[in-house]
Amino acid sequence: MSSPTWALEARGALKSFGPVRALDDVTLRVAVGEALALVGESGSGKTTLLRTFNRMVDLDAGEVCVQGVPVAEADPVALRRSLGYVQQEGGLLPHWSVLRNVALVPWLQGRADADSRARDALRLVGLDPDTFDSRWPRQLSGGQRQRVALARALADGPQVVLLDEPFGALDAITRGELQMAFARVVASLGVTLLLVTHDLREAFLLGRRIAVMRAGRIDQVASPEELLAKPATPYVAELLEKAGVT
Amino acid sequence: MRVRPRTAPGLAALLLGTPLLAMTGFASGPPPRHLPAAGPPPAAGAALDDSAPAERAPVVVASKPFAESYILAEMFAQILEARGIAVRRRLGLGATAIAFAALRAGDIDVYPEYTGTGLVAILGEKPPSTGGEAFRRVSMEFRARWGVRWLPPLGFQNTTAIAVRRATADSLHLATISDLARVSRRLVGGFSPDFLGRADGLPGLEKAYGLHMGQTRALLQSVKYQALASGEVDVIDGYGTDGQIARYNLVVLRDDKHFFPPYDAAPLVSRHLAEDRPDAVAALSELGGMLDEAQMRALNRRVEVDGEDVAVVAHDALASLGLVPDTVGPPPAAAASGGPGGVGAATVPEAPSAGSLPAYLWSHRHATFRQTLRHLLLVVLSLGGGILVAVPLGLWLERVRRSAEGAIRAVGLLQTVPSIALLAFMIPILGIGVGPAVVALFLYSLYPIVRNTYSGVRDVDPVAVDAARALGMTDAQVLTRVRLPLAAPVIMAGIRTAAVIDVGTATLAAFIGAGGLGDPIVAGLALSDTNMILSGAIPAALLALVVDGTLSMAEGVVRPRGLSRGSA
Repeated sequence: MSSPTWALEARGALKSFGPVRALDDVTLRVAVGEALALVGESGSGKTTLLRTFNRMVDLDAGEVCVQGVPVAEADPVALRRSLGYVQQEGGLLPHWSVLRNVALVPWLQGRADADSRARDALRLVGLDPDTFDSRWPRQLSGGQRQRVALARALADGPQVVLLDEPFGALDAITRGELQMAFARVVASLGVTLLLVTHDLREAFLLGRRIAVMRAGRIDQVASPEELLAKPATPYVAELLEKAGVT
Repeated sequence: MRVRPRTAPGLAALLLGTPLLAMTGFASGPPPRHLPAAGPPPAAGAALDDSAPAERAPVVVASKPFAESYILAEMFAQILEARGIAVRRRLGLGATAIAFAALRAGDIDVYPEYTGTGLVAILGEKPPSTGGEAFRRVSMEFRARWGVRWLPPLGFQNTTAIAVRRATADSLHLATISDLARVSRRLVGGFSPDFLGRADGLPGLEKAYGLHMGQTRALLQSVKYQALASGEVDVIDGYGTDGQIARYNLVVLRDDKHFFPPYDAAPLVSRHLAEDRPDAVAALSELGGMLDEAQMRALNRRVEVDGEDVAVVAHDALASLGLVPDTVGPPPAAAASGGPGGVGAATVPEAPSAGSLPAYLWSHRHATFRQTLRHLLLVVLSLGGGILVAVPLGLWLERVRRSAEGAIRAVGLLQTVPSIALLAFMIPILGIGVGPAVVALFLYSLYPIVRNTYSGVRDVDPVAVDAARALGMTDAQVLTRVRLPLAAPVIMAGIRTAAVIDVGTATLAAFIGAGGLGDPIVAGLALSDTNMILSGAIPAALLALVVDGTLSMAEGVVRPRGLSRGSA
């Protein structure tokens, strides 16, 4: 049993897809209330690592814990309902209204006030529930869709939220707006955050700590300042230089 | 259609000489299964009690789908009725394969058959040289193999006739088939599909006469004469008693090398009838030797050319032979052919259909309504079964994708079995009537539904499915709340496709006595009656449109609102 002080913890995580080592002995810890940004190029294993926490991916070896409980021992459905989750494309159910999408997890949990929770969540992400509740996902802009997806992830009040490139598909201006709004929301909620992104600027903006991943391994975990001051590997240095965040 | 075997167009060609022949129980195989539900039960009590024939199960009289067979079957039925024997008519059964399989299975008791057909198409032997020889041979073999009995021949021989237009005969000086052989390379032949393939058809004829048609086309009996008259083909095969030959002023070329064997028409009766119903056998035997070629040709002409009612023509024939009292009009039993329990028997047209189509449709509206209901029943049962099986199958295949394509292709193979062959194949197992028709239509409905269900569910937006799972939907919830609703329009499209195919294919169910709108189509084709054909074809087409329209509305209902255009 690992210490419950960690909201998320991976120890010696191994995962292969055929001949490809997606996770090669990964160890990572995220403290309660912390925002950790997991950065890397595509194929580095960062999405795989994120998906081990909600058991969308099961490990070959090693252990992953959420709030001190090994996920292998948890019921996957209950585990997933307890974690917020946002993907790059939003993943809104196209045949459900905005309100129903946002109310998904409270509804799955059988909460009587699912709809009012959903309306609160919409307000939280800056969407007027009265305007948006009955809209269909296809009637929304890309930015609105990601806001709805974020509201959906937050509606049941999860302690931990997993974000997989949540702003990756947006244009630069929308992305910037949304990142700012998002930073305010998570700060106000005090939730634990694991953000997967390929964008180092975004990681600097939203992450209190940053983990750099490459080829299934973690090169460095550090605060932004530490990362800038002492890149642990040439790859981290190169990444910083490319991103222009020096 | 070709002469002798006079099987339904295409069917014989499909079945004869193929493995299906054995499957339908022709060549050899297990002893025929008696199906008491459909045929008259061989009740021991009834067999002992000859004094009460009226209470016995009716004798089931059948025919193949061409005019002469209808007339002869109707004569069988009427003479049985005149002798106090109850009759049920199941006219217009698809072909030799279907009629004979039904007879063996005990679903029908008697139908008119030709000795040559029995010998060549059923026994698979060489054509006989004389009529007497053929009759002796089939009598012996059919009895030994299946207990099926040939009653005394009716008297006329029905020889294959090779016919040309009079103008062709005059300009090319054609009187015999040998004459034809000289010029055949310049001519186009229009032959029944089975005549093109059979040893005693064109291949044999080519060998015997050194004949080589410049070109041949497979034509159905019903269009062959028009094709010849309009000059699209120059030579056709017909049969000696054909009423159309006189109508189109054709010249029948003499078979100077005696290639075509004689074919005697006779009642072919089931084992049950032969063994347990001496009264019926005696009544049918009264017809032995009573008809010659000229008489039969005249009867065919009255039906095929003049459009007279089969029941009336059959009655007149029996009356003129002194076999039944000469009354005015057909006996009432004939008009009530089929009866309330007449499970889809192709009823003989009730009135001559000369005159305008609207008048014909109006006068037959009650029959059309009944046929439409029956048609709808066939479609609803088969499609309902198809949906119940194919949708879950498609969903299951989506979960085991590796085997999905192979499984779907296997279901698709069913689609390639010609419908009429599939129907024939069903008879030894399921008999004739609604049951096998529904099963066959059900099998045809599977492919479009399973294909669309599988690909519809598979192609649902993977990101939406991933989000649903990752936020804690169970597999069952993902299926019922996400995959199925999103795939519903595609699944419905598959069901629509299956339904429209079903409505069309169900017309062929008439070939196995399942009724529906195929009845007037089959009978009309056999009797060269365009109004009758249209009285089945038009409602069938309308039904297809209505079914498609209804399902299209259903598709609108099941289509998730979030996907439809313009909703908000």
